[in-house]
Amino acid sequence: MSSSLPGWKELPMGGVAFRPSTDIKTGEWRLGFRPVVKEEKCVGCAMCVVLCPDMAMGLGEEGKAQVNYDYCKGCGICARECPYGAIEMVPE
Amino acid sequence: MARVEQRRIGMMGDEAVAYAIKQVEPDVVAAYPITPQTIIVERFSDYVADGLVRTEFVAIESEHSALSACVGAAAAGARAFTATASQGLALMWEILYIASSMRLPIVMVIVNRALSAPINIHCDHSDAMGARDSGWIQLFCENCQEAYDTAIQAWRIAEHPDVQLPVMVCLDGFVVSHTLEDIEVLPDEVVKEFVGERPLVRVMGHEGEVPYRLDPTGREPLSMGTFAMYDLYFEYKRQQEEAMRAALKVIEEVGREYGELTGRYYGLIDQYKLEDAEVAIVGLGSSMGTAKDAADELRDEGIRAGVLRIRSFRPFPTETVREALKGVKTVAVMDRALSFGGPAGPLMMDMATVFYGLKEGPTMLNYIYGLGGRDISTDDFKAVAQDALRAAEEGVEGLPVKFVGVRE
Amino acid sequence: MIEIRLHGRGGQGVWTAANLLALAAIREGKYAQGFPFFGPERLGAPVLAFARISDKPIRVHCMIYRPDVVGVLDPTLLSPSVVEGLKKDGILVLNSDKEPSELREILGLEEGMGTIWVLDASRMAIEILGREITNTAIMSAVARATGAVSLSSLEAVIKERFPPNVAEKNLELVRRAYEEVRRE
Repeated sequence: MSSSLPGWKELPMGGVAFRPSTDIKTGEWRLGFRPVVKEEKCVGCAMCVVLCPDMAMGLGEEGKAQVNYDYCKGCGICARECPYGAIEMVPE
Repeated sequence: MARVEQRRIGMMGDEAVAYAIKQVEPDVVAAYPITPQTIIVERFSDYVADGLVRTEFVAIESEHSALSACVGAAAAGARAFTATASQGLALMWEILYIASSMRLPIVMVIVNRALSAPINIHCDHSDAMGARDSGWIQLFCENCQEAYDTAIQAWRIAEHPDVQLPVMVCLDGFVVSHTLEDIEVLPDEVVKEFVGERPLVRVMGHEGEVPYRLDPTGREPLSMGTFAMYDLYFEYKRQQEEAMRAALKVIEEVGREYGELTGRYYGLIDQYKLEDAEVAIVGLGSSMGTAKDAADELRDEGIRAGVLRIRSFRPFPTETVREALKGVKTVAVMDRALSFGGPAGPLMMDMATVFYGLKEGPTMLNYIYGLGGRDISTDDFKAVAQDALRAAEEGVEGLPVKFVGVRE
Repeated sequence: MIEIRLHGRGGQGVWTAANLLALAAIREGKYAQGFPFFGPERLGAPVLAFARISDKPIRVHCMIYRPDVVGVLDPTLLSPSVVEGLKKDGILVLNSDKEPSELREILGLEEGMGTIWVLDASRMAIEILGREITNTAIMSAVARATGAVSLSSLEAVIKERFPPNVAEKNLELVRRAYEEVRRE
């Protein structure tokens, strides 16, 4: 068991979240494939942003889909759902 | 604090509770009526309808929802109150643990009533015993006055920074709830000053230190009762145990401060003529008043009897009980509930633990009584004390469990 | 301490009578309890209510088994069971149009056991209230027979607890009951 976890005296009470969940880079859990956006095909419809279960998709300054690889687990939902075929799953 | 002028009135236990809660004026009351708690909810909803309190009264569809609403309100930083009995408390079961584990200082009055089946509306302590290990503080009252007084003190105990736990104020169904007695009540402003505002402790949340409440604006973000596995869950439970131990001191402090104000001092236990007692009756609730009368009658007959009433059942005042019974040779432990298949009644199991491993301790016998409202008289208590003395003289082996007044 | 047991039928205000006696005593600075028989209340079924009045704080929390006083609100309940446990020097306050000697026979009361006070409370209640609600009349007769509380204290709690129109007629009833109850 990890000794870096707080003991009962330091832990805030009540099952409170004591550090942001964003501290954990869940992108490290990605297995094998990562989504890559083909900007020429992307129309910025944001379907992938809505459907990403890990809130790892956003729109960049150009209004095109952008992947935050810190939190992308590589599930591939974005690639499967993109109406324009603008996202491709490529081997890491 | 100086002693204040009080008004003497006649009230039933339920009315006395409703009156105390009116004076405390919590932010939220969510309750579902059930016999014999009904009068509390009726009277309080009258106060709301008459505009005498600003409390948000939630007439809710079940006890499970009533306590859930209180959890939500208390998590948002409000003072929340509910009351129930018997089946109602049973229906609340899963939320009981959530309220205590989320460290929400809710106050709930339990009007003790037997559990079905068969259906029974009368007093025993089975309902509260079912919630014994749920992490709530449990204070048992002897009479209407104590019900009133404890419904006020409970807030200070629950909200103390070292405690932060919900409190159950237990009073006996009908025997206290529906019995009109003379009580002394404090002026509204004195109650308001005594309970003050709910102080919010500060905790380290995921974005720094914040008050312990959910903030819908997101300016002071906090998540409570989140997910914890084997790596953290155990630590949270250890904290709850610590809070319970801290409550022992706080219950006494609050009881003393209340005593200075009213002349009625409260502690973890209530001792009656134990100093020179050869036999002590130990128990919870209203019947201990009857036991005190029995002790006096026994003393008139030459038997030195005393009574130890446990006011704080959870946390259990182990040291205080041990000290109070020092020198008492024979103890009759009265249980108004059964732990089916257990080694003895629930109170007896605690009492046996109090003296476990010591070189010296009293001879103890367990008496189960009063289930489903079976009345227990002064004569019954005298017979119990005499039976315990006789048994102790003849020699007791193991842990005898006897049933008072049950037909063979 | 004086312990009072009232017998009546569900819906006749037996519990109310016990509570009013307790409230009157509390008004006089005494200690008191008023409570129902801990049973299901059913309209018309025989029910009991109890009151304790004392100069010292009351700790006991069980029913009353050896009453000093028994009051009976309903004449149809008069039978040996109502005198069960009554102390030898106890007081009986009965709603009846019969003579004390006849009542002793009905109740199976031996000579020298208890003192009977009798009042035709049913007739009086019908005259004044227009209904056979005898709780306040018997309560008043109990006050007269025992001296446990004064008539003026009873009047005060009736004014406090009853709506004005109900209070007015009951005040008349308690005054007359207090006057007219007869000791054997």
